[in-house]
Amino acid sequence: MKRLLSLMLLACFSMQAQEYFPNNDDISAVSNVTRAITNATIITSPGKMISNGTIIIKNGKIEAIGSGISIPKNAVIEDAAGNYIYPSFIESYGNIAMKSPKRAAGSRTAQYDEGRKGYYWNDHIRAEQSAMDHFEYDSKEAKKYIDAGFGTVQTHFQDGIARGNGMLIALDNTGTDADRILKQESGNFFSLSKSRQSRQSYPTSLMGALALLRQTHFDADWYANGHSKTKDLSLEALNTKKNLVQIIEAGDKKNVLRVDKLGDRVGKQFVIVGGEDAYEMIADIKATNAALIVPINFPNAYDVSNPNLEWFVNLGDMREWKQAPGNLMMLSQAGITYAITTKDLKSPAELMKKLKIAMEYGLTEDQALAALTTTPASILKVNDMVGTLEKGKLANFIITSGKLFEDDTEIYENWVKGSKQVIKNRSIKDIDGSYVATLNGVKYDISIKGNGKKSTVKIDSTTLGSKITYDGNWINIITTQKDKEDKSYTRLLGVISDDNNFHGIAYLPNGQEPAFVAVKEPTDSKTNGKDGNKKGDSKEIKKMGRMTFPNVGYGSETQPTEETILYRNATVWTNEKDGILENTDVLVKDGKISKIGKNLSAGNARVIDATGKHLTSGIIDEHSHIAIDNGVNEAGHNSTAEVTIEDVVDHEDVNIYRDLAGGVTTSQLLHGSANPIGGRSAIIKLKWGYKADEMIYSNSPKFIKFALGENVKQSRYQNGVRFPQTRMGVEQVFEDYFSRARAYANAKGSKDFRYDEEMEVLLEILESERFVSCHSYVQSEINMLMKVAEKHGFRINTFTHILEGYKVADKMAEHGVGGSTFSDWWAYKYEVNDAIPYNGAIMHSQGVVVAFNSDDAEMSRRLNQEAAKAVKYGGVSEEDAWKFVTLNPAKLLHIDDRTGSIKKGKDADLVLWNVNPLSVTARPEITMIDGIVFFDKERDLRFRESIKAERQELVNEMIMAKNKGMKTQTPKKKDKTLYECETIHW
Amino acid sequence: MNAKLFTGNMKTMKNLFYTICALFAMTATAQQTPAPAQTGIYTIMNATAHIGNGEVIDNSIIVLENGTITAIADATVVKMDIKGERIDASGMHVYPGLIAMNATIGLVEIDAVNASSDVREMGTYNPHIRSIIAYNAESKVIESMRPNGVLIAQIVPRGGRISGKSSVVQLDAWNWEDASIRTDEGVHVNWPSSFRRTGTWYEPGPIEPSKDYEKQVTELTDFLNNAKAYNATTKPVGLNLKYAALQPAINGTENFYIHVDGEKAIRDVLKFIKANGIKKPVIVGGREGDKVATELVAMNIPVLAGRVHGLPSREDEDFDMPYKFPKLLADKGVMVGLENSGDMERHQTRNFPFYAGTVAGYGMDMEQALKMITLTPAQILGIDKEYGSLEQGKSATLFISKGNALDMRGNQITRAFIDGRDISLNSHQTELYERYMNKFGAEIKR
Repeated sequence: MKRLLSLMLLACFSMQAQEYFPNNDDISAVSNVTRAITNATIITSPGKMISNGTIIIKNGKIEAIGSGISIPKNAVIEDAAGNYIYPSFIESYGNIAMKSPKRAAGSRTAQYDEGRKGYYWNDHIRAEQSAMDHFEYDSKEAKKYIDAGFGTVQTHFQDGIARGNGMLIALDNTGTDADRILKQESGNFFSLSKSRQSRQSYPTSLMGALALLRQTHFDADWYANGHSKTKDLSLEALNTKKNLVQIIEAGDKKNVLRVDKLGDRVGKQFVIVGGEDAYEMIADIKATNAALIVPINFPNAYDVSNPNLEWFVNLGDMREWKQAPGNLMMLSQAGITYAITTKDLKSPAELMKKLKIAMEYGLTEDQALAALTTTPASILKVNDMVGTLEKGKLANFIITSGKLFEDDTEIYENWVKGSKQVIKNRSIKDIDGSYVATLNGVKYDISIKGNGKKSTVKIDSTTLGSKITYDGNWINIITTQKDKEDKSYTRLLGVISDDNNFHGIAYLPNGQEPAFVAVKEPTDSKTNGKDGNKKGDSKEIKKMGRMTFPNVGYGSETQPTEETILYRNATVWTNEKDGILENTDVLVKDGKISKIGKNLSAGNARVIDATGKHLTSGIIDEHSHIAIDNGVNEAGHNSTAEVTIEDVVDHEDVNIYRDLAGGVTTSQLLHGSANPIGGRSAIIKLKWGYKADEMIYSNSPKFIKFALGENVKQSRYQNGVRFPQTRMGVEQVFEDYFSRARAYANAKGSKDFRYDEEMEVLLEILESERFVSCHSYVQSEINMLMKVAEKHGFRINTFTHILEGYKVADKMAEHGVGGSTFSDWWAYKYEVNDAIPYNGAIMHSQGVVVAFNSDDAEMSRRLNQEAAKAVKYGGVSEEDAWKFVTLNPAKLLHIDDRTGSIKKGKDADLVLWNVNPLSVTARPEITMIDGIVFFDKERDLRFRESIKAERQELVNEMIMAKNKGMKTQTPKKKDKTLYECETIHW
Repeated sequence: MNAKLFTGNMKTMKNLFYTICALFAMTATAQQTPAPAQTGIYTIMNATAHIGNGEVIDNSIIVLENGTITAIADATVVKMDIKGERIDASGMHVYPGLIAMNATIGLVEIDAVNASSDVREMGTYNPHIRSIIAYNAESKVIESMRPNGVLIAQIVPRGGRISGKSSVVQLDAWNWEDASIRTDEGVHVNWPSSFRRTGTWYEPGPIEPSKDYEKQVTELTDFLNNAKAYNATTKPVGLNLKYAALQPAINGTENFYIHVDGEKAIRDVLKFIKANGIKKPVIVGGREGDKVATELVAMNIPVLAGRVHGLPSREDEDFDMPYKFPKLLADKGVMVGLENSGDMERHQTRNFPFYAGTVAGYGMDMEQALKMITLTPAQILGIDKEYGSLEQGKSATLFISKGNALDMRGNQITRAFIDGRDISLNSHQTELYERYMNKFGAEIKR
């Protein structure tokens, strides 16, 4: 019996939640109405339609759905004949109902250490944050989403690199928070942007943010195993929230790939927010297997009607305007799982506008709907609750006037958890149209427009003054008389009946009140011409236009490929024992230098007549900062060995192409010089038209940037607070870190061992597996670092800048370090007071391997001229001077077994010059890497023509868009930030 | 001193020599001693003379007397007696002293050391500010110019809407007064920028059209009109040094330099020049000026083309635009010289010959390229009666180079003269070179 009772009780519970709140306002009068919406066309999920369907709603859920289902007797019925019903939308990346983060107070001095205790060492890791703690529902804000068709939002506190968990809320403006909170823990969020609640410097760069996320995850694992002796609430939270969906905001396509790679490293498959430009690397995006949450803020056309402003806009940005709306179609076609977010839109109200533009590019209605309903539901793992209209799911749906994506369709109601939220009264008829009424034998032509807001009344062809109000289905029109002298008014009052005619009473000036019927004229397709035309147009799918890789000016539609080429009759600068060979042929095959000799047989090779021209190996820039995304310096710590430029190589930087035009084939992209121990380098071949990973040397020698002197001691800061502030301190930084690295190595294998990426890298240095390229100026510090290295059992590989290298050239030679210097820079800071242009020659004379580098996107384009300065300053022979920018940097980078000279079997990294490459009039005619021609003087001319033509075409299209009345934006010039050693973004 | 040293073997002697050299180098001051006025006569024989006006004499004879070129002729045609010191320059080249325009050398010693900077006065309208008095003739940067053939420079203040006045100096002097060739030869206007960078310094945004442009142009015009009115009044009420300082530029005794880039802005500048009757305008920078070339030629306005060793100003632009830009102007008949304002401009000023050489690499005739840094700037500066080319009666300001001075390898200068003074080609830098080559016992090559 007892058992039966409890079963019954249980049954009660499952039928209806038991009321347990005391109520002192009134008697208990629980209303628990069952509702039925009938006669609607219901789209239960993309592609699934029920005609003449009914939804039965109870307790906020769908009790039943289908056609011809029986309606419970106690149900309140709402007839939705002629209307459509869709699942309401899901916003996966909202920040609604979140209080703004409190911005940390400003200060002139940088903050290097964390501001909180008991949490992670970095304030930007805030995994312990929970959206609930910041939750403050604002129905006004919510209404914007409700009006746009959203029923559910996964919202979170958008602050920090680790942001903690979000929550899932229902946009129920009729209920209370008790109704709205669907899940108080939904999604665990990450980003690449720092918290506004802290001023802690680290990270100051994208690569720093990536490194921080890696280390945080390693530390979380370590913490999970109970190795930490102290409490870390952030790491603890990271671990407890591990089973939530892990979502990271990335940004553009490159960052999408970067965070996915990060995920692979830490064993996480992120859901990635971003990829508005995924279409430019669609195969790579697909290969991530990540689900995306994609913003749809396609740019407006640039207003280029003024030619003086047109030049502000790069071809790449013009293309973006044309192509970005095709992104969703491309994602769908590639089979990538994606949800749409209104993030970045000015208002959720723009959603439909943007989607309709996307549809012009071939996105189907089902695809769009899926990206707003089923896909976000499954990405967020809430498809048991929302996303489709099925029995048992939340009654979250919208009622529309017609098919969702048609131009004149309106959303009437947005039901959330079974509560009706009216956007537009659907019982109010659309009264727009033309009517004819006869009053007192006079024929009135009445036309109503703008959803009953505008009226035109004519007698014969005379237009009367008229005013209309349309309220609660009542139409009220006041008109003047045909006779202008007559100052009296006629008032018409009535309703539109089911026959669509306007039935009413006319209150005439003479006091008569005759009834009338204004008969609606049949809709003429011409009067509706605007829509008619649009539909006609939309049948033709818009093309995205020319796409290149990279998708900017000077990109190619087809990837440049390797060729078999014979350079005939060149002056060949071998950089080998053979020296400079006259009238010599060089055969390039399979990406390598295959033969060097006279009268070589061409076979099937393309023959390039090089008579009178000079063939050299490509220029190698030991010190470059081009092609780097979002920060060259991780300046947040005095040691940042954990960061690597390889994470942030930008394959789209036009400076790659410009360098090729200057004969450069390889560059070391170095970290900046903000700290004694900087980040790791990327050594790349300038394979313009290839992806970043394809540019980075395979099996690349490992390098790291160190720095000394004024930059690292922050000489130009008013209030330096970071250690070190003197050269004396700089030495101790190295001592400290190397000692720690040794201790770290000794701790390996111990129980509480903590994996530390930074220490791993430092250890590689100590074990001579990673080479140091050190920014340096004055002799004291140069000498110091060599001594530190010797003490710790390794040698410094390269001193870069090294402007006082000449003063200790003998010591450098003895230590075995190379010098990569500027040809003639000086006078730009105090520590270069004794910098002399003879530096290269002096070091060279003492047997130091000398290179000239750029550190500058401009100078890198003419390093051949810089090399020639070694002839002027110090009389270095032309052959040796040429090696300063080719073979010697190759040696310094440990790639001289692959490149740096013209030798059989080496990579075909070659430049054909019009004259002696050291001449001031020298210009590259062909630059090839691995046997692939990446710059060709003739092709460059064709590029110029095609860029001009394409710009013209796109300018026309944008002007056309403007004339059509589409929104435009002021032209903007988006430049690649040019980095040099000292560039720091806090 | 140990007497034994004097009787030692050659090696010791050599060491002694080096020691003395080193001692000398160590005790040498930062600044080379300016050469005294010419007393003797020099005859340079058999050099290829690059006149500076586009012409060349393959085998020349040049006589320098009393600071002046008293004769220059084709040695194969004209037979002359050799006067004074015979300088055999067979296989070598003679050039007029190169002129660095729109330079700031001598106004800043070390870029990053604020205390060493005198280049930018506060305020917006500074026509009364004069560069010459801050010019440090003893700057280590100045002496580093001469070994590259840069012997004359226009010293220009920076900043503000009107930066102030420039003067022309020769680069071997005890003080600014001695250095000056032409004091206060022009006033410098920085034309309002028609675009502005959005965002903040730490998060730079895109470049957009400037909203303040029109307002700033009006303000400049008003300033000029006020100055005109002030100067037209015989007894103005109250003294206004700023307005008074503009008078020479208004009446055309001084140049009116307008620093401007971009087609639209240049067109606006031309309108401004016409409307305000600017008598001797010069455009500095002038990017996109090639699109306005016809008007520039018609109005006879010279252009100092911006830094040749620069980057294209936009992503889609031809990679070689900065290299070929001066030629684009010259081809259309514009009178064009070079300037190099920008990042690290001070020490780069010695690279003027290579800027010209680079332009030659992109199609300009080498002698025409030379003209851009010799005769043309002299004409612009109004000093062409004395400087800018190798012509009889002009100042003996010239240098001898082993090879093509516009090429890094050929620019090996053996002798240089300013007003006939046989100037030092040493510098703080060459001294350090020699000092350390001596330390290492290595062979000095210069």
